[in-house]
Order: sequence, then C-alpha cells, then structure tokens
Amino acid sequence: MEWYLPVIWAGLIGTAVAMYVLLDGFDLGIGILFPFAKKEEERDVMMNSVAPFWDGNETWLILGGGGLWVAFPKAYAVIMPAFYLPVIGMLLALVLRGVSFEFRWVAKPGHKWWDIAFAGGSTVAAFLQGAILGGLVQGVNVVDGQYAGGAFDWLTPFSVLTGLAVVAGYALLGATWLIMRTSGPTHQMGKAFAPVLLLLVLAGMAIVSLWTPYSVERIAERWFSLPNFYFLWPVPAVTALVAILILRWLKNGHDALPFIGTVVLFLLGYAGLVISTVPYLVPPHLTFWDTAAAPESQIFVLIGTVFLLPLVLGYTAFVYWIFRGKVAPGEGYH
Amino acid sequence: MEFDPVLLARIQFAFTVSFHIIFPAFTIGLSAYVTVLLMLWLKTGDEKFHRLARFWTKIFAVSFAMGVVSGIVLSYQFGTNWSRFSEFSGNVIGPLIGYEVLTAFYLEATFLGIMLFGWNRVPPWLLTLASALVAVGTAISAFWILSANSWMQTPTGHEIRDGIAYPVDWIEVIFSPSFPYRLAHMLTAAYLTTAAVVLAVGARYLLAGQHVEDAKTMVRMAVGMIFVTAPLQLVIGDLHGLNTLHHQPVKVAAMEGRWKSDDPGDFVLFGIPDQDAERNHAEIAIPYAGSLILTHTLDGKYPGLDSVPPDERPPVANLFFAFRLMVGIGLLLIATGIAGAVLWWRGRLFETNWFLKGASYLWPVGFIAILAGWFVTEQGRQPWLVYGLLKTADGLSPVPGASVFGTLVLFVLVYGIVFSTGIYFINRLITKGPLGAVAAAPAGLPSRPLSAAEEAAREATGKEPGQGPGKEIRDETREGRT
Repeated sequence: MEWYLPVIWAGLIGTAVAMYVLLDGFDLGIGILFPFAKKEEERDVMMNSVAPFWDGNETWLILGGGGLWVAFPKAYAVIMPAFYLPVIGMLLALVLRGVSFEFRWVAKPGHKWWDIAFAGGSTVAAFLQGAILGGLVQGVNVVDGQYAGGAFDWLTPFSVLTGLAVVAGYALLGATWLIMRTSGPTHQMGKAFAPVLLLLVLAGMAIVSLWTPYSVERIAERWFSLPNFYFLWPVPAVTALVAILILRWLKNGHDALPFIGTVVLFLLGYAGLVISTVPYLVPPHLTFWDTAAAPESQIFVLIGTVFLLPLVLGYTAFVYWIFRGKVAPGEGYH
Repeated sequence: MEFDPVLLARIQFAFTVSFHIIFPAFTIGLSAYVTVLLMLWLKTGDEKFHRLARFWTKIFAVSFAMGVVSGIVLSYQFGTNWSRFSEFSGNVIGPLIGYEVLTAFYLEATFLGIMLFGWNRVPPWLLTLASALVAVGTAISAFWILSANSWMQTPTGHEIRDGIAYPVDWIEVIFSPSFPYRLAHMLTAAYLTTAAVVLAVGARYLLAGQHVEDAKTMVRMAVGMIFVTAPLQLVIGDLHGLNTLHHQPVKVAAMEGRWKSDDPGDFVLFGIPDQDAERNHAEIAIPYAGSLILTHTLDGKYPGLDSVPPDERPPVANLFFAFRLMVGIGLLLIATGIAGAVLWWRGRLFETNWFLKGASYLWPVGFIAILAGWFVTEQGRQPWLVYGLLKTADGLSPVPGASVFGTLVLFVLVYGIVFSTGIYFINRLITKGPLGAVAAAPAGLPSRPLSAAEEAAREATGKEPGQGPGKEIRDETREGRT
C-alpha cells in the first residue's frame, strides 16, 4: 500500500493548487486589470465583485503549502529555499494587496496608495507565482537531497516568460469574470481586454509547449515517443478548440461561457504541465516517492482530510451561491 | 559585507512570529469575551451586553484580519528559512500543522462570517453559537500550534532513522511532556491579556466620563477576570517551570542566572549575567528562595549552566531579563486584581482615580509579558531547534545571508506600514466607543473577516455604515477635484 499513498497525496495537493490558481487567479486578475479602469466607480465595482471571496480563495494557498510540508517534506525542504526570494516576495505582495481590499475604502478619498498597493501586489504576486512555476518546470539543482543552487537560479528567460504568461492568464480570468459578474463599463472593459489577453495566453502556452520539449529531453520523450503521442495529441488540439470557442462566445455576447472556457483552458495547460513533469515533484531529481513523508504520517492526516475537505468544499460552494448574480455599478456590499 | 545566515534567519523568523503572536493572543481572548457578553445578553436581555459585544466584535475583526495575513507568511517560512528542520521534523509535526489548517482555520472561517455579519440576519442564539465556535476554533488552533512547539521543546513519541524523525506514537507526539503546561499557560495568558485591555479601555472611559454604564461593566468584568486568572497564571507558570526544570534544566538555569550546580539555591533578584565570565555582576540574591521555588524545599539542588559545555548554553542575559519582565508583569496584574477586588468590595471601584489612572495604562502589559515569555522559552531552547535532537544551525536552509537580510528589510517595511495602519484603526474604534457600534448592517452579505474590519474601520473614521461609501465618496472626490 505504500506506493499509492504518495500518489493520493500528489493528487490532493495538485487539486489544492488547481483550486488556488483558478480561484485566486480571477481575483488577482482583477488587481492586474485595476490600473486600466478609467473611473473610480469602475474600480469600486471591480473590487466589490471579488471582495467576498478573495481570502477564502487564499486559504487554498495555505492548504497547498502546508499540505506539501505534511505529505512531501523533502520536496518542501528543497522548493522553499530554492525559491526563497520569489516565495517571500509573493507573500509580501499578497499581504499588501490583501489589506488593500479594506484599507482602500477606509482611506478614501486619499486612497491612491492603496490602489497602487492592490494593483502592484496582485501583479507582483501573479508574476512571481508564474516564475516559481517556470523555475520548477525547468528543474532545481539538488545535491544529497538539499537545494544546491544560488539565490537567483529561478530567474531565467523561461521563468520570466512563464511569469508574464501567468499574469496574462490571471488577467484573462479577471476579464472574463468581469464579463460574467458585472454589467456596464466594467463588463465592456472585460470584453475589450479578453481577446487580447487570450492571444497573449495562447502565445505563452505555445512557446512553453515548444520550449520545454526542446530544452528538456525527458519532456520531449514524454510527449513525442510512441505510443504516448497517440494519447497525448488531443491535449493541444482541445486547447486550440477551446480557445476558438472562447473567441466565438466573446463575439456572441455570452456572459458566463468565456469565464468557464478560460477555466477549462487553465485546466488544460495545467494538465500539460502535469504530463510533462509526472512523477517528478522537484524535476529532474525528486519524485513523489522520493520526497514522501512516512506512510504513517500520510495516513494520519489523510483520515482527517477525508472528512474535513468535503466540509471545506461545501462551505466554499455556499459562499459562492450566496453571492451569485451580477454586481451592479454603485451597488457594493461595502 | 558578511552576513551570519543563522542569526539573520532567526531574527527574521522572530520578527514575523512575534508580530503574529500578538494578534492570535488577543483574538483568542476577545472571541471568548464576546461570547460571554452575548450569553449574558441572551440570559438577561440587557441591551448593554449587546452593545458591548458589538463594540468588541469590531475590534476583534481588525485584529483577526492582521492575525490571518501574518499567519499565512509563517506557514511558508518553516520551509524558506528552516528547510533542513522541515525535512527532519516533517513526518512528526507536519501533520499537526495540517490538522490545524483543517480543524481550526475552516471552523473559524465558516462561523466568523455569521459572527461578524449576522447581527441583523440570524437569531441571537445562533449569533452566540457562532461566536462560541469561533472562540473554540481559535483555541483549537492554539492547541495544534502549541503541540507542535512543545514537541520541539520536549520531543517524545518518535524515533530517528537516517537523521529523520518518524512518528511512533501519535498520542505521545501530540501530548509531549511540556504540552499541557504550555497550552494552559498560553491560553490563560491570552485571556489575562484581553482582560487587561478591557480594563484599560473601561478605565479610560470612566476617567473621561464617557460611556459610563458600559465602562463600569467592562471594568467589573475585567477586574473579576484578572482577580481569578492572574494568581491562577502564577500557579500554572510555577508548574510549567517545574516541568521545564525536569526536561530542560539548562533553560531554567539561564532564567535564574545560576552558573554553578554546586552553588546554594539562592534566588537572584537582580544581576547582570556575563556569558563569558560565567557569573552575574551586581547580583542581589535571596538565600534559599531559588531552592524553595524550584524544589519546594530549602536546600534542594538543581543544575546550573555548568552542567553543559558553554556552546550548549542559551543566551543567559536575554532569558534572565525576559523572565523577570514576564514575572514582574504577572505580579503587577495580581496586584491589580487584588486592588480592584478590594475597591469593588468597598464600593469605590469607579471613584478611585489612582486605580483607574493606573489601569488605563495596562493595555499593553499582557502583550509584553507574552512576548517576553516566548522569548524565554524559544531562546531558552537554543542552541537546539528540536531539543536534544537538532541544532538550530543544522536546521537552516541553504540560503545566502544576503537573501535573508534583504527580505528581512522588506518584512520590517511592509509589516510596519500595514500593522501601524491597522492599530491606528483599532485605536480610532476605541476612541469612538461602544455607542457608535450599534448600527445597521451594511448592504449585501459580506462573509470574510477583512470586510468586517473595513466596516469597523470605516466607523472608526466616522463614516456612517449602511450608507455605502460609493456615493458619498464619489461626491467627496468630485468636490475634491473641483
């Protein structure tokens, strides 16, 4: 039974990270788009559309980080020092943008600095998350189970690209969220930005898809060896199809479909990265099994998770249900 | 410029964790206090309790928000600053942190929404229940965190294989020998600290002749609480000390400034410990008192710092002074409780100016004592990270000192801005007082802690809630522009 426990945990943490990326993605995206809103009222609406959700969304980040320590302590012990600067930079950016949600309203009318903190914090956090992801995909230098690289190993042209791609991706989630959840100028703004962002995201995905197999032989082999290729070619094909559908839905004035399509696009990109890296948790050296906690530790927490995680999901769903519907201009909960 | 990575990593962690602990300590106590107020409201129907509960809930919201944002940082810092420790102990205390997230965070998050925003939407009993569950959630959180910390102080229930700790008996891991004492000491400290804040706020109002009826209730409840818990804390602290003497005798020796095991058991009242000379300067000691306190006999012996080599001793002066600061504040609070009780008994509690004046300055003392106590126990563990198993220097991440230094500067900057703003809002709320607290709920149904903090903070700045800032503020800015 020892071999599949790490797989279950990898699935759980993978789910937590996916939940985090999708959920915090759209509210970070709102922050990224914040400077492009023309009027004060538009920014109010943008912020109100995510205010009830954002810190519930961020709880998934704690679950992802905490879960990594619980289930894969050796991976946690390599990843955190390897990405020391971007992780701490991201946390500080999240602190700044988190409190901006509230301090901005209190500081009004002198709230300019909290606007900047909100937009800047969101953008920096998104970029650093993407850069960490890129750095991880590229590989981490590990010797004797310890991180053996420098402070800026993570900073490469590739990780800058993935950082920018994640900024564009979160902004796309934010733009389609605005289309779905608001009306008036912010709805229009979402519609204006979404196609451009979509193209940027697709460009990012395409470059990453070509760059990684080109630079990492293991990834090329995973995708292009037979029979893998027969099973895997639908991933990019479906991605292209979804992208075309999103563009069409945007043109036809659908409210919810572009957001849902973007979520699917994210999941496909995520699936692509998972296919490229499985079973490595810290490529190219450490797998799920290399880094797993003791089975008794994994079981001990798994038992609790089985009962408590559904509760968490139920609560999250409940909050989203309570706040369903469009946020009208001028009508906020603040 | 050369950086000492171990020292820098310790300073950074000490900075973020010290900032963090202030807020959970306060919210553990405050959520319990609000629950008691709501229960009294349910029982008596007295609107005064309702008003007070609302007032303190707003202050709770701001504090809780700051506890949340500073707490997220810590869950990553174990890995960023102490990766070798994370690897060493992950199997054993990782699950304790995991259970904290699963049992406490979500319980708090769920019922916080009702506690903060349910005033006009749910029946009073449900509001009270939600507050009680939040109070329980904060205590459960303390349970797991202190369990993990206690294992680092007095590890049990594990075995070491290939330099990694593995769990053998979960009950022994969770309930390590120092855990019951540490939990009792910390929870009591949280309640005592909160009582001191409530007393100070009440006294401040009475001196100013504001909110007199509410202030009297606050002062009465706080004096009662301090009268009971301050002496109780002395007893718990004593038991905790005896437990420490048993498991970590060197820590106690440093707290007492006791260098030689063969010395008589004097209690050093004052002195300036000199780590290199291995003695205290300007020492004032009470004969036999040390033995009496620690062994409860007159001639009992207990180990001195010379029982371990110099490089295994904690920083003696830090422990020595921090311990005295903590105990001094404890004694001050005991005296406050007794003085308050006597004045109350004589019916002069609200007229005695010297008492109110003194009490109005007491709000920070509990926090100072908590920080001092944590400095004692954490620095007293040095040079060990996991006592007897892993040295602090061996738990460090392979991260350059310059990275740690750079981020430390950023932490100080960002925390400085964010927390001074938050504390400014709390003070504004207190200045405004309980009367402003009864107001219509804002439109909509926000359910996250920071939104209530915002509502509270907006009240603090004098804007009417429910009015919606949108229009009013747009008008203001428009005027501003023209």
